[in-house]
Amino acid sequence: MKLLVTFSRKKGSKPIIAQVVRDTGVLINVERAIIDSSEGEALIDVPDDQCQLVRNTMISLGANVQTLEHGISVNESECVDCGACISICPREVFSLDSHWKLQLAEEKCVICGKCIEACPQQALTLPI
Amino acid sequence: MHKSVFLGMHKSIDQINERIRDGTARVVTAEEMPAIVAELGEEGALKEVDVVTTGTFGAMCSSGAFLNFGHAEPPIRMERIWLNNVEAYGGLAAVDTYIGATQQSDTREEQYGGAHVIEDLVAGKSVELRASSRGTDCYPRRTITTDLLLENLNQAIMCNPRNAYQRYNAATNSTEHVLHTYMGVLLPNCGNVSYSGAGVLNPLSNDPKLRLIGGGVPIFLCGAQGMVVGEGTQHSPAGGFGTLMVTGNLKEMSQDYLRAATMTGYGVTLYVGLGIPLPVLDIDVVRATAVRDQDIFVDLLDYGVPSRNRPALRKVSYAELRSGTIEMNGEEIHTSSLSSFRKAREVAVELKHRVESGAMQLALPTRPIDSKKPVKPMYESTKGPRVLDIMDRQVVSIGEDEEIRTAAKKLLKGETNHLPVINSDNILVGIVTTFDISKAVANPGKAHLVKDIMKKKVITTTPDEAVDIAVQKLEKNNISALPVVDGGHHVIAILTAMDLGKLFGGRWLK
Repeated sequence: MKLLVTFSRKKGSKPIIAQVVRDTGVLINVERAIIDSSEGEALIDVPDDQCQLVRNTMISLGANVQTLEHGISVNESECVDCGACISICPREVFSLDSHWKLQLAEEKCVICGKCIEACPQQALTLPI
Repeated sequence: MHKSVFLGMHKSIDQINERIRDGTARVVTAEEMPAIVAELGEEGALKEVDVVTTGTFGAMCSSGAFLNFGHAEPPIRMERIWLNNVEAYGGLAAVDTYIGATQQSDTREEQYGGAHVIEDLVAGKSVELRASSRGTDCYPRRTITTDLLLENLNQAIMCNPRNAYQRYNAATNSTEHVLHTYMGVLLPNCGNVSYSGAGVLNPLSNDPKLRLIGGGVPIFLCGAQGMVVGEGTQHSPAGGFGTLMVTGNLKEMSQDYLRAATMTGYGVTLYVGLGIPLPVLDIDVVRATAVRDQDIFVDLLDYGVPSRNRPALRKVSYAELRSGTIEMNGEEIHTSSLSSFRKAREVAVELKHRVESGAMQLALPTRPIDSKKPVKPMYESTKGPRVLDIMDRQVVSIGEDEEIRTAAKKLLKGETNHLPVINSDNILVGIVTTFDISKAVANPGKAHLVKDIMKKKVITTTPDEAVDIAVQKLEKNNISALPVVDGGHHVIAILTAMDLGKLFGGRWLK
């Protein structure tokens, strides 16, 4: 399950992710993170059965946690199956099947949004 | 029968049309043809197949439509015309216009353009016409605003000056910046490759000698039965880049085969679905239509070089491009198509059904298209401004082993913000700005010499570079000066944002 964790760093810089790993023993996979002097945002992937535990611990440490059920989504009526998104994606989410139709491996998506501007048909949208 | 009997075999266009009318014509797509030829041999395929259908679906910027609105009461001679805030051409008769696909909205810019107006009309949506005029004795009205549907127009005739490129060069980007081009988003450091074209299904690739495709030939255009007008603009069959001018009735078109699009950071374009049925008259047609993706090659061009003559990094076939990755310098690079092969196939299959069902018959060109002509670059009677026309030759530079203090004095004395840094051989090795020196003074540390604080990566220009290219370097790198260097990397001048002011009021804006 993917979680989008946002936290303020104004009251010092607590190592939230490291602390959650230590306290829960769950190995967190950080897929993408932007952290600057005042705030941080990290997309993490955790096993489904430990998702609630990680979520609760994060919240108790002052983070804001959003569960992401979906990755990037494609509007089928706009998409023409060109494949412009394929080479832009850093995680190989997109591919063409044997009928040259666009396929999505949504679970690989790290919601970076790079594909959105690459789509000539404006057919791609983020879940958040 | 003996082989020799078939060698001389020839089918006439009338025989083929007769079979189409009888419902007995054997029609296949250009994608199916190579396997049929491989199985039956050329003679066998000639006997078996009557028509090969082709198809392509991709961005075709050189597209648009002639519209006639009918006369208002009192009547107006429209001089400036907008459709949903997209300007259309007003240089025709009173209520005629041409809406071009790439024209952008005055209000929504690249999010909406002529292509979207065309798609909205085809989709049955209402489009706002706004026009103005100075008024004449016969056309007294000055302004008009009205909402129109496609059915309200007398004529809506798509007429595309350049469609159906025979093939198109693939694109990559060797620079360190993301590029937004008509070939889509190109990642830095050759991070991806984009390409366009239907390869095996492309109409002109299946008739490279232009024996079957020419003026008057019936085609499938965005769902309508259209026609080839003649050669397209920039037609260059000599290099394998033939193009077609085509026309068709917008009122018969479908959104399934016509889509407005935006190449982010570049602009609006129209995706056009176009297919041509080819009559299999003789062995030469069989050979031409047996073409496969692996037989069609294009150059992979570096779009990082902002010139008409972009360097070709290698040759690459459509088979390789379509495989998803190509190899370059020992690395695998992911490819992206901008055109849709699935839609191209849809066009070819739909066209096949129309011919099979007798809904569409074939014709040979009434006006042939030149199959050998090359394209010419623009003749420029005067060259645009070059760096040498406006650069500042009074450049002050500093040695890398000088003290920071000396650099500060030179900046003050030279009334400049940039000092190119040179080594003992007078070769450019870095640059320091007032910002670098202020920083060094504000935070005194170990740095004493210019070489300790200089930026070693210097973006430069040359005297013969076009000013527009130099300006792009300033913008992309967010800097305000470029040292001008000669072939030996010696600093001969500097070009600053201030020098650009020389362009105004000078001979370049006349």
